[in-house]
Amino acid sequence: MPNAIPIIEIVFYLFSGVATLAALGVITSRNPVYSVLFLVLAFFSSACIWLLLEAEFLAIVLVLVYVGAVMVLFLFVVMMLDINLTKLKSGFASYLPVGIMVAAAMAAQLLILIWARGSGSAVLVYGDSEGSNTRMLGEWLYTHYLYPFEIAGFILLVAIVAAISLTHRRRPETKYQDPSRQVQVKRDERVRLVKMDAEKED
Amino acid sequence: MLTLAHFLTLGAILFSIGVAGIFLNRKNIIILLMSIELLLLAVNMNFVAFSRFLDNMDGQVFVFFILTVAAAEAAIGLAILVVLFRNRETINVEDIEELKG
Repeated sequence: MPNAIPIIEIVFYLFSGVATLAALGVITSRNPVYSVLFLVLAFFSSACIWLLLEAEFLAIVLVLVYVGAVMVLFLFVVMMLDINLTKLKSGFASYLPVGIMVAAAMAAQLLILIWARGSGSAVLVYGDSEGSNTRMLGEWLYTHYLYPFEIAGFILLVAIVAAISLTHRRRPETKYQDPSRQVQVKRDERVRLVKMDAEKED
Repeated sequence: MLTLAHFLTLGAILFSIGVAGIFLNRKNIIILLMSIELLLLAVNMNFVAFSRFLDNMDGQVFVFFILTVAAAEAAIGLAILVVLFRNRETINVEDIEELKG
């Protein structure tokens, strides 16, 4: 029984339109801060479309991890660095024709492939999925994909170590202990024997 | 009514915009990184759509891993960017040419 008002379609076109416009804003805006904020909007709209596809867990992860952590990191770096914007934007107009040409050719090829073959004609229907999406994803992650899941955790650990060791700066004025020097210390470095004559008591 | 092709079309459009972003902002490393995030988002969109329409969880597990790796990549990329700016006072790609690649 089709609905009188195609609410799902309206939601889809609304959010995909917002996502597309936000993506265009990311690549064309003058100020990188606006680019980051447009990218946040694009991620948020995409999360809403993933909700339409009943991928609830990934939609929430996209908002929490991507918008909440990664984009805040981007915003932090963009605001921390003092960038000369006019010089960075200088080649924009000269790259515009080739950029649009390549992107249009690519989009045309992809769209022809998607629409001409007719293989993407499966219709989205609701109500036949069993159980919660989060539970199913968790079951898959902890059974079939347990080993890759552990590796993913290890990749994050490596990323933490790499990011900290790259940006960590030793200041010369801060005092710190060097355990290897402490262990290797010799008697002569600690005790200094001074030869002097005994003094007479009055 | 929505079909698989609708979602694949959205993914294709987002991917093309990301590629165009790499061409247009060839000097600004920050926007280049953001364009890469857009490309990954487009790919994830395709994965989620196929996962839903083929009724197979493998696609969503893959998106999970892509998000993990992309977060690690963004963190390390931005760390390198900060170190680069600290040493060279620039993030212009054209100023970084010591390797003559």
